[in-house]
Amino acid sequence: MRRLRLAGVTFLSSVALVAWSVSEGRADPESVYAEIAKAPEKYRNRPNPLANDPEAPAAGKVLFEEHCEDCHGVGANGGRKAPSLRAKEVQEAAPGAIFWILTNGVVRKKMPVWSKLPEPERWQLVSYIKSLGLIDPVAASKK
Amino acid sequence: MLRLGRRSVFLFALTTLFLLARGRPVRSQENPYIVAYDHNLEEPGNLEVEYFSTFGTQRGGNNFHAFWQEFEYGATAWWTTEFYLDGQSTFGDSTIFTGFRWENRVRPLNNEHWINPVLYMEFENINGADKIIKEVEGHDVESDFLAPNQIARQEENREIELKLILSSNFKGWNFTENMLAVKNLSNQPWEFGYALGASRPLTLKGAAQRCNFCLQHFIAGVEMYGGLGDRYSFGLHDTSHYLAPGLAWNFPSGWTLRIEPTFGLNGNSHQFMLRWGASYEIAGFGQKVAQLFRGNHE
Repeated sequence: MRRLRLAGVTFLSSVALVAWSVSEGRADPESVYAEIAKAPEKYRNRPNPLANDPEAPAAGKVLFEEHCEDCHGVGANGGRKAPSLRAKEVQEAAPGAIFWILTNGVVRKKMPVWSKLPEPERWQLVSYIKSLGLIDPVAASKK
Repeated sequence: MLRLGRRSVFLFALTTLFLLARGRPVRSQENPYIVAYDHNLEEPGNLEVEYFSTFGTQRGGNNFHAFWQEFEYGATAWWTTEFYLDGQSTFGDSTIFTGFRWENRVRPLNNEHWINPVLYMEFENINGADKIIKEVEGHDVESDFLAPNQIARQEENREIELKLILSSNFKGWNFTENMLAVKNLSNQPWEFGYALGASRPLTLKGAAQRCNFCLQHFIAGVEMYGGLGDRYSFGLHDTSHYLAPGLAWNFPSGWTLRIEPTFGLNGNSHQFMLRWGASYEIAGFGQKVAQLFRGNHE
């Protein structure tokens, strides 16, 4: 009986945690974009070592679909949990700054750290994101 | 107790099926460690349902098969919480539910560093028949497992376990070291242990097409863990230690398989254990729960 009570308390606590985390909602896109500007100069100046690799965007697309699409939406156009990566703030950012965000995350604003992906995979993701280009706001509004 | 165990397993199996039916899979990037932890937390809102199994040899007694189910949830990008249900089957004896655990891992620093600390806190409510060997602490030795289940299960262990996880990602490698301190709440001394791990994907570049057998999906590694005595007799005497090479296979469909043959390193250790696990990661679990409560079905 005591064990059952303890299990019940644990279960309820878990539900409360779920509810709490969900109540945090989606982070404000502007505040997330502002994080890109915080990339240290050392990173911002780093060129993408895979910039001339013709397969990098395609490989990045596969990685994006596997790891990022759930939050950032199909084609990185923005999802329920995370903002579009086709916005000016991202597309005009230095590749090194995007790499820095991938490496460090924005953990207080729900963006996880992706350092568990090896460096070449993170650069492949940067190649893919940069290959998308700016979103056409007129086309986006027609969707 | 057995009835509670069966009911719990049934309820969790139902929950799992429900979630698998509703959830969207997402590929995880899991290291092959079964005992050691790295600093990579669960993505926020994702739930990973895991099953692990350990076959262990036992000198002077019957071999055993211990198993556990884990529900790992990313509460935030800096906090992961996990619930475990443990059980074991001792050959020639019986199969029993041995208790539950609730663990939390918190990442105190915002950015990635050369060494990344994670704080780990766990509450365990298990009985003396628990054999999953999720950690080795104090003077844990092979002969502790000799008692028949009927007797061993009468011992109740309520423990608080604290870990300092220090982990680094460097050129595709992960190196991690865990320092462990455990306090049995029934006035037992603090016990200590350690776990070390190193792992690396078989290739560092992603393939340009989806594939199950691409080398990027395989992560090989090795871990070593053991006890370090207790507050009154700290050190290596009367402790057990293990070395375990392992392999994780992360499928694009969200499944991960792990296998880890484990070898005892001294006379106090089980000579051999075979550990394996299967896990499935569900993206957006938190949002789906929120929809259930809000009645907001999209």
